[in-house]
Amino acid sequence: MSARVTFNSDRCKGCELCTTVCPKHIVTMDMNVINRKGYHPATVTDMDQCIGCASCAKICPDSIITVEKF
Amino acid sequence: MAVVYEKSKGLTDAELHYCPGCHHGIIHKLVAESLVELGLLDGAIGICPVGCSVFAYNYFSCDMLEASHGRAPAVATGIKRTHPDQAVFTYQGDGDLASIGAAEIVHAAMRGEKFTTIFVNNAIYGMTGGQMAPTTLIGQKATTCQSGRTVEQAGMPIRVAEMLSTLDGCVYAERVCVTDIANINKAKRAIKKAFEKQMNREGFTFVEVLSTCPTNWGMTPLKAVQWLKDNMIPYYPLGVIKDKGLEV
Repeated sequence: MSARVTFNSDRCKGCELCTTVCPKHIVTMDMNVINRKGYHPATVTDMDQCIGCASCAKICPDSIITVEKF
Repeated sequence: MAVVYEKSKGLTDAELHYCPGCHHGIIHKLVAESLVELGLLDGAIGICPVGCSVFAYNYFSCDMLEASHGRAPAVATGIKRTHPDQAVFTYQGDGDLASIGAAEIVHAAMRGEKFTTIFVNNAIYGMTGGQMAPTTLIGQKATTCQSGRTVEQAGMPIRVAEMLSTLDGCVYAERVCVTDIANINKAKRAIKKAFEKQMNREGFTFVEVLSTCPTNWGMTPLKAVQWLKDNMIPYYPLGVIKDKGLEV
């Protein structure tokens, strides 16, 4: 069972709340990207480690994260 | 492939105007998810305050109304009495509810009006630029108390949930926060319970949600979360303050 996290990156405001709740510590801010709002958006470094707990999505104030399991 | 989590259908596709890390967005979606899960969204009517969440009518995909400053409970009273079978809620901040709207919320609770109030307490006036609110903590700096709030000048901050719980018409009052997943889950349970009690016509239901205001507190979102845990929770204790039928 693996999981996938997708971000609507253009709407990310770079608040970093999602990075504090990931039990696998794989959610980070992508310092190589600046989105159209001017923030470094959140991203997942190693998707294979994702367990699909959706903690990042639950805390995201802008609801830009979707989590799928397959 | 199964979707584990996606944006709630109770929210519109509009982009939230809130500052980065503001807890309004989290609280919005908990209200939206609760309405969807209880099957109340189609008939739900929300009343917005004046303050940062003044544009909340753009974000919920149910009927929404805007009230003048602090008067959301008065508007909700009229709506609920004419639509007794529909879920009615007000979504108010501390400047709106605890200051200019203090009379309206107290009297709505006293009358036992059968709607739900979601009270967002971030201990400051957000939209107007960080002035002292009735909920600003002692020693906390704001633009109208630049050396920090003092007891001599402004008294002690108001604990609204405790105050309203003394009224017989208020059947449910709980204080929650949304700083981490465990507390987010608790907050959602509290909001759902409030709506359930409303639909059972038990009386006035009230959920106070502690929130950060990174911009006006002058902190990063993560520092603001820590400040809330260190300073707000000791003065505004979390938990069920009143649950009629269940002695606390």
